[in-house]
Amino acid sequence: MMEFVWLIPGLPLLGFLILSLFNKYIPKSASGYIASAMLLGSFLVVLSLLIPAVSGTLVAKEPFVLFNWIQAGNLNLSLSFQIDNLSIWFMSIITGVGFLIHMYSISYMHDDEGVTRYFSYLNLFIFSMLLLVMGSNFAVMFMGWEGVGLCSYLLIGFWFKNQNYNDAAKKAFIMNRIGDLGFLLGMLLIYHQFGTLEYTAVFEQVSKIINPNEISGVLLAITLLLFVGAMGKSAQIPLYTWLPDAMAGPTPVSALIHAATMVTAGIYMIARSNVLYSMAPMTLDIIFVIGTSTAILAALIGLTQTDIKKVLAYSTVSQLGFMFMAIGLGGYSAGVFHVTTHAFFKALLFLGAGSVIHAMGGEQDIRKMGGLMKKLPITSITFIIATLAIAGIPPLAGFFSKDAILALAFEASPLKWGLGVFAALLTTFYMFRMLFLTFFGEFRGTQHQKEHLHESPLLMTIPLMILAALTLLAGFIEIPHVFVHEGSNWFSHYLAAAHVPLLEASSISASTEFVLMGSALTLVLLVILSTYIIYVSKKTLPASSESDLSALDKLSYNKFYVDELYDTIILKPIAFFSDIFHNIIEKNFIDRIVNFSGKSIQWSGKTIRFVQSGDVNTYTIFMVIGIVVILFLNFIL
Amino acid sequence: MHYIILCLILFSMGAFGVLYRRNILIIFMSIELMLNSVNLLMVYFSALHNDQSGQVFVFFIMAVAAAEITIGLAILVMIFRHIGSIKIDSLKNLKW
Repeated sequence: MMEFVWLIPGLPLLGFLILSLFNKYIPKSASGYIASAMLLGSFLVVLSLLIPAVSGTLVAKEPFVLFNWIQAGNLNLSLSFQIDNLSIWFMSIITGVGFLIHMYSISYMHDDEGVTRYFSYLNLFIFSMLLLVMGSNFAVMFMGWEGVGLCSYLLIGFWFKNQNYNDAAKKAFIMNRIGDLGFLLGMLLIYHQFGTLEYTAVFEQVSKIINPNEISGVLLAITLLLFVGAMGKSAQIPLYTWLPDAMAGPTPVSALIHAATMVTAGIYMIARSNVLYSMAPMTLDIIFVIGTSTAILAALIGLTQTDIKKVLAYSTVSQLGFMFMAIGLGGYSAGVFHVTTHAFFKALLFLGAGSVIHAMGGEQDIRKMGGLMKKLPITSITFIIATLAIAGIPPLAGFFSKDAILALAFEASPLKWGLGVFAALLTTFYMFRMLFLTFFGEFRGTQHQKEHLHESPLLMTIPLMILAALTLLAGFIEIPHVFVHEGSNWFSHYLAAAHVPLLEASSISASTEFVLMGSALTLVLLVILSTYIIYVSKKTLPASSESDLSALDKLSYNKFYVDELYDTIILKPIAFFSDIFHNIIEKNFIDRIVNFSGKSIQWSGKTIRFVQSGDVNTYTIFMVIGIVVILFLNFIL
Repeated sequence: MHYIILCLILFSMGAFGVLYRRNILIIFMSIELMLNSVNLLMVYFSALHNDQSGQVFVFFIMAVAAAEITIGLAILVMIFRHIGSIKIDSLKNLKW
């Protein structure tokens, strides 16, 4: 099957080219089907790789070289693909979930005037993301990395007539650029240190290092710089603020960015270069701290948001924090496992939210919803499944992935476990708050909206059902060893074939682990119960105006004023200095120099033109003088 | 040696004539004077070096000068018909 590997990114690229070049000739209704067909094609190719990979018959080969890309001096870069268990896994998520989102979009976007443009961006997005995970060297990954950033800009600002949306798009792009700079520097440092950018060559050299202390400084710098890139893409403190704003894009785009692509790039990159990271324990500690604080901070903000998509956005940031927590503890496979389960239930949540917004005629405020259960049965049930999964109720996917991370944390220290559980409880609270406010109780919208309420068409609900099934089942690929005697932790073993280290069997005893699971689960159930009491029994509503909020709520509602903080410490000084440079340096110096050169030429022209008097005698005199001077210089000197 | 001095004087007369006279006809004559002073010098040097090519050149120069004068006089006639004067000062329109 290896010969067809190039089709995987090739088909979405083809789709992008067709849709963007023949935009005018393609009927609007057809564009979605073209884009989806391309993705289905590449999903099928991925599937033909996934099956041997899962059954263990995939022969790990050399990278699949497409062509030589850059050859200059010692630098030898090829556009080549690394096909192993890790990249195949990500490819499956990207094309699989991506396909479902494409399908959903056909219906969701059917009456938008720019629907062809939308699908061409969507295909480009998938293409870039595939390039990112398939590349066999850091340069190809970087190309995909940049492409993803560009596509997120294009899609977030898809409705470009709204200036706020444009600003959100720019914010996402700029934040990502900051991260990308880190990634680029890290990449250059790798080249400087190892003389190559190919994964296999770099990791081989790293693993041969006998005395890690010798180059620990360089490794620390490389890993930290790469992590800065991951911070930007995967929305970690301090570069996370773009992600909630990214909700400006159409809802399926949010699902795509948050679940299947883009934000998982950082996790993938670290899992891929785990050899480097394992050599730099200090970076891992930093990652853990940042991951944990992101998980908790974003969850705290999520508690009081009233926009259904904003809640989900902060939930994504928080879950990404969880993944980095796992990675910081050295559990690369646990991180990737959480990426997988998160991809399913977060895509489901976003698409469900899209279905709700669709039914509500564009309304996104959960205070104006309620009681949608009766009118949107499929959406509600799938949404409930996803919410249970994200809260970590067994046997749904989220339970297993979260438990894997929490067990790792407990092994490191009970305090870390406590922090993880705290973040999980916050997650449970805001997710159930949203669930109860949206689907339970009485309808609080206008009469007009109430009559308009309807379940979404099949094209939208089928992806929901498929994702719900995946959410139900995905957890079983990594059953903790305490439950079964054989075949436990299948996923970790699967990834181990792609050089993702297998964490040694947990040193905690089975009984301790059961106690941990049980206590976490009890707490989660208690939180659900209290949420139920607050929002369903007592019918509490979030305050309708900001002034009614208590101080703490206000802090959370306003996102801890992080945007304002950035505004004050970064944007304001920049604006201030720009102002100074503009008014003093630019206007007084640069402008004057430029104007002087122009004016001096004008002035000299004005003055010298009188020499041309039109008097032939004067000309001849000048001519004779000239000849005399030339002769004088020639013969006498 | 005397020939050289004679030619220098003739050439200078021509040059000053071109510079100081106002009548275009006179200026033309002065130009002819300069040309012919050079011709004379060429003939002298040709005799001095016993080389015939100098004299051949003189014939060429005379032929070219005749052609040039023909065109020049034609232009002169046109100028006179246009502005009714052959004073060089009256041709001052080509300026800034």
